Amino acid sequence: MARATSNRQKLITSIIAWAAAIVIFFPILWIIVLSFKAEGDAIRTPLGVLTSSWTLDSYAVVQDRSDYLKHFFNSVIVAVGSTLLGILVAVPAAWSMAFVPSKRTRGILMWMLSTKMLPAVGVLYPIYLLFIQLGILDSRTGLVIVLMLINLPIIVWMLYTYFREIPAEILEAARMDGAGMRAELLYVLTPMAIPGIASTMLLNVILAWNEAFWTLNLTAAKAAPLTAFIASYSSPEGLFYAKLSAASVMAIAPILVMGWFSQKQLVRGLTFGAVK
Amino acid sequence: MMAPAVVLLLGWMLVPLTMTLFFSFKKYLPLRGGDLGWVGFENYVRFVSSSSFWPAVGTTLLIVGGVLVITVLLGIALALLLDQPIWGQGIVRILVIAPFFVMPTVSGLVWKNMFMDPVNGFFAHIWRLFGAEPIQWLSHASMPSLVMIISWQWLPFATLILLTAIQSMDFEQLEAAEMDGARPVGRFWFITLPHLARAITVVILIQTIFLLSIFAEIFVTTAGAFGTKTLTYLIFQRVLESQNVGLGSAGGVYAIILANIVAVFLLRIVGKNLDA
Amino acid sequence: MKQIQLTQVSKRFGDVEVIPPLDLEIEDGEFVVFVGPSGCGKSTLLRLIAGLEDVTSGAVIINGEDATGIPPARRSLAMVFQSYALYPHMSVRKNIAFPLRMAGLDKAEQNRRVEDAANVLNLTEYLDRRPGQLSGGQRQRVAIGRAIVREPTAFLFDEPLSNLDAALRVGMRLEISELHKRLATTMIYVTHDQVEAMTMADKIVVLQLGVIEQIGSPLELYRNPQNIFVAGFIGSPRMNLLEGSEAAAHNAHTIGIRPEHISISTDKGDWEGVVGVTEHLGSDTFFHVSCPAFANPLTVRAGGDVDLSYGTKIFLTPDKAHLHRFDDKGLRLT
Repeated sequence: MARATSNRQKLITSIIAWAAAIVIFFPILWIIVLSFKAEGDAIRTPLGVLTSSWTLDSYAVVQDRSDYLKHFFNSVIVAVGSTLLGILVAVPAAWSMAFVPSKRTRGILMWMLSTKMLPAVGVLYPIYLLFIQLGILDSRTGLVIVLMLINLPIIVWMLYTYFREIPAEILEAARMDGAGMRAELLYVLTPMAIPGIASTMLLNVILAWNEAFWTLNLTAAKAAPLTAFIASYSSPEGLFYAKLSAASVMAIAPILVMGWFSQKQLVRGLTFGAVK
Repeated sequence: MMAPAVVLLLGWMLVPLTMTLFFSFKKYLPLRGGDLGWVGFENYVRFVSSSSFWPAVGTTLLIVGGVLVITVLLGIALALLLDQPIWGQGIVRILVIAPFFVMPTVSGLVWKNMFMDPVNGFFAHIWRLFGAEPIQWLSHASMPSLVMIISWQWLPFATLILLTAIQSMDFEQLEAAEMDGARPVGRFWFITLPHLARAITVVILIQTIFLLSIFAEIFVTTAGAFGTKTLTYLIFQRVLESQNVGLGSAGGVYAIILANIVAVFLLRIVGKNLDA
Repeated sequence: MKQIQLTQVSKRFGDVEVIPPLDLEIEDGEFVVFVGPSGCGKSTLLRLIAGLEDVTSGAVIINGEDATGIPPARRSLAMVFQSYALYPHMSVRKNIAFPLRMAGLDKAEQNRRVEDAANVLNLTEYLDRRPGQLSGGQRQRVAIGRAIVREPTAFLFDEPLSNLDAALRVGMRLEISELHKRLATTMIYVTHDQVEAMTMADKIVVLQLGVIEQIGSPLELYRNPQNIFVAGFIGSPRMNLLEGSEAAAHNAHTIGIRPEHISISTDKGDWEGVVGVTEHLGSDTFFHVSCPAFANPLTVRAGGDVDLSYGTKIFLTPDKAHLHRFDDKGLRLT
């Protein structure tokens, strides 16, 4: 704000904002707390939970008993793999849309976005069937392909908007300075495009990591990423709060950190540029 | 250079879509005789005349509507709050946004067990602290519970987008309104809210598309029981659980048509922005 | 020697002819300014010379060779863009060295030339910064630096000062003029600001709707505008253009008289009027005078110490020797 607000006013708004933030964040905070408790303590009253002793046991148990690492690596491979593959396909497309636009560019872009709006459940059985036929049901390869395809429109869209921001005058300057196609690409365009590509990848890894329709329906024991692994806790036996908390914390921690860095990209990528 | 992306997306769209359409006109029970021939529009008629159809429509509308109302209203309030000068703005923002990055299965299970469990859940403890009988959240208040869980996940998205929109507002407009004698409520009503109208529309449309295909949250909490069966979930059950592919496919076609109606509005807004 | 020559050059964008066929010659070492209102085709003309746009017809001849089909980089021209078009990811040093790197010069020679240019442009201490860390004026100098290291046949400037604030603009104007004197290289400079044109140019080319209205030295254009457009465009404040019976009395459709060629008297003169708004610049004073004889108020220059209050009745007398006469097509009558 252009003008100084009184400290009193700032104090009041700060208190309200902090209170709201803590309420919203509380569920995450609470599972972090529970994850450091023994199973017996984790089901006590909130006060009892807080006053009981702290332990790392649950993390160790989750690691040992449930192949946590296997599912974690499935998630990493699926998220990173689908992102890299998507970028590989999308860069040339976004590139030509941004720099060699034609009359059809706009229509193609809009059509691509519209495929993102196709409800997954509408094509569930065909994909399921195709996966069986191709022998890629419950395989990481299959998931990589599907997640790449569902996020491809967002990747193309984001790259397109980033590429379009590269001013034409810079390219003309490079031509005047004697840069040929190769030099222009190598020294001018690529360095300018890299931040946009990196942002796109960041958002896409997050989206792929959290995807929970195809990952639940197309995997079983072998290729299940963390989303499906956590879902297996939905019909548990015995005490499991601490273990579920530990597994959840490990599943969301990496993406939470990445997410905090990707706030801007999130708005850009998920609103298709309709909000700036 | 667009070809790979276009071909992939075209294949991704057309192949399963054609198959869904194909199955929707067949009596197809993979586990009970397989392909039993063409049945015309019978599946379409049966899908809408089954006893679960209208409840599912109601559930879907209730979830979409409830979540939209909560996230948009609270989102506006939070966005206005976060736009004020407060201490620790960066941290508050991070805390508020965090739930969006929690994978759906984690958030569903955490709410179900650690908070809404009628014996050991956080809420049960609080209720007992005040001498009240703990609520059987997911069985006796299943819809409000689900709406709450999903709202918690989507509130950050609405907040972030509305905050972005507020921050893009021309500050001089507000000062001009102040000079013209508008009080804070008037400034919000006549300047801020109209400025946000477009962002609100975008939030509503995008969330609607995602909310229509909410899956994992229901899958891990109630598995469709206690009146929480949405259209998406109903189709999923028809296709994968009862393996009535023809019937499920007809449902899928309905879902696709429904999503497309929303998508048309969204794409119109996106398209307008693309020209600007 | 004629260094750059355009013969019957024209440009169409689709169905729109932005530049009808025109001829233009630019001498070696000249500072030529293309001036005109926005949309007059001056930037397009510059881009045709640069090779960033292809001519629709005609030929661009540079140093006696037909350069029409030659790509921009091989025309040995350097250009300074309106947005400066610096490479944001490169340091100032790398920005300036870029054309040299593209030309395949060895590192030592690149460094020598960059240091020289930085010296001339007072950029030495900023060489390792990124463009984002520089002020507008400094970015402008980097863009100029990138142009001069190539030692081109001619420099092209596309409205280079339009993104700077008024004070900086005056400073950069002097710096560019100084650079021209020092390098003695041909410069072609596009602007919509007639003050820049008047102060910097050896030769001004006034354009309107893609057509050259007049070519000449600043003073030639000022003293002998060939038509009403040039008369009105060059000079600040604008020339007073008068129609009606007073013009007819001079056997013209329109007559023009500059503010400094009208004398003021409180008791007698040719035209009677009433003082309106007065603008004191210190050195000069400009009066806006409403005369019943004319539709629009006249602008009149007087000395800095002359003071007449609003509403004062006065008489104006034009200096007949500096009266410009134009016919009904707007062309100058002699």
